[in-house]
Amino acid sequence: MVIAVAMDSREGDPLPWIDAAKPTYPTLIDREHRLAELYGIVNVPQAVWIDEAGRIVRPAEPAGAYEGFRQMNRATREMPEDVARRTAQAKALYLDAIRDWARNGARSPHAFTAEQARAHLPAVTEDAATAQAMFRLAQFLLRLGERDVAERWIREASRLHPDSWCIWRQGAGVTELGLAAQPDFWARVDGLGAKRYYAPVDMPGMP
Amino acid sequence: MVTVLTESGEYALAEAEASTTALWCPAREADTATGWVAKPEGLCRGAVCVPLPAGREREFVDGGRINLAALWRHLGQPAVRSERGHVWVLSASARERKAALASLEAPDFTLPDPSGRMHRLSDYRGKKVFLVTWASW
Repeated sequence: MVIAVAMDSREGDPLPWIDAAKPTYPTLIDREHRLAELYGIVNVPQAVWIDEAGRIVRPAEPAGAYEGFRQMNRATREMPEDVARRTAQAKALYLDAIRDWARNGARSPHAFTAEQARAHLPAVTEDAATAQAMFRLAQFLLRLGERDVAERWIREASRLHPDSWCIWRQGAGVTELGLAAQPDFWARVDGLGAKRYYAPVDMPGMP
Repeated sequence: MVTVLTESGEYALAEAEASTTALWCPAREADTATGWVAKPEGLCRGAVCVPLPAGREREFVDGGRINLAALWRHLGQPAVRSERGHVWVLSASARERKAALASLEAPDFTLPDPSGRMHRLSDYRGKKVFLVTWASW
């Protein structure tokens, strides 16, 4: 079954999306980014596969997301055709893999062995752990109405854990669509250079 | 009064006293919020006991109170305090997070759905779970 978790700290932000999707599965709201603490999640969409016994089959990884958005025309939001095709391909491949696992369980080629799963665990630094604690403090202070102080803590958290787009984008100003896609976002993405926005996914055929 | 956010939740500790470097909590409050208690062997949580550094015991335990900030520093775990000291986050270290993940047991969590109903990951044992994150941003 699917459990979808909105890494959304601002009250009410995820609701219009959930209402529109009318999901048949649990949709949970993670205001403190608890899953980031526990599973090393740094971006969305990232997924974890968990079997019937509660064991991690595939640790946190980008869920069918593709780097191609970086080649999007930022004014028109259009993507080159070959990029759009690979974007769709990445998503379809990942969905097929999930279905294969749902049907075949541990026999699925996409289900990691214990050794493979351990080899794919996210790297967690002590700075990242401290950053998540700062993020949690910031969210609590926001609830108390201490906005300026909270924003300073989120900036510090992001400085300590620069790989976390969850922290940065949660703290960023938003566009008219509610997306953290202001010029600051694109500058930060461009600043990655050759580094990936979405970590590579170990799945045959994944672009 | 100090609010302390720990792995098990949020606690309004009426009798806790915070300074820039210390968080002194009465034994009962420390136990409730963190599970740590003072014993002759040192400070203990469940089956784990940590001996106090010789000559520095009073930095950690004093007259029925425990200095949780000193303990967290000693254990190398993140302790973050607000500037005013009225809110503290006492978190787990990266080492602990990594060890938990290395066991491959999916860490349990409890989160609300839009109606406010709480869901625990472990409620869904017996089914494959595709746990996926997204965000409005």
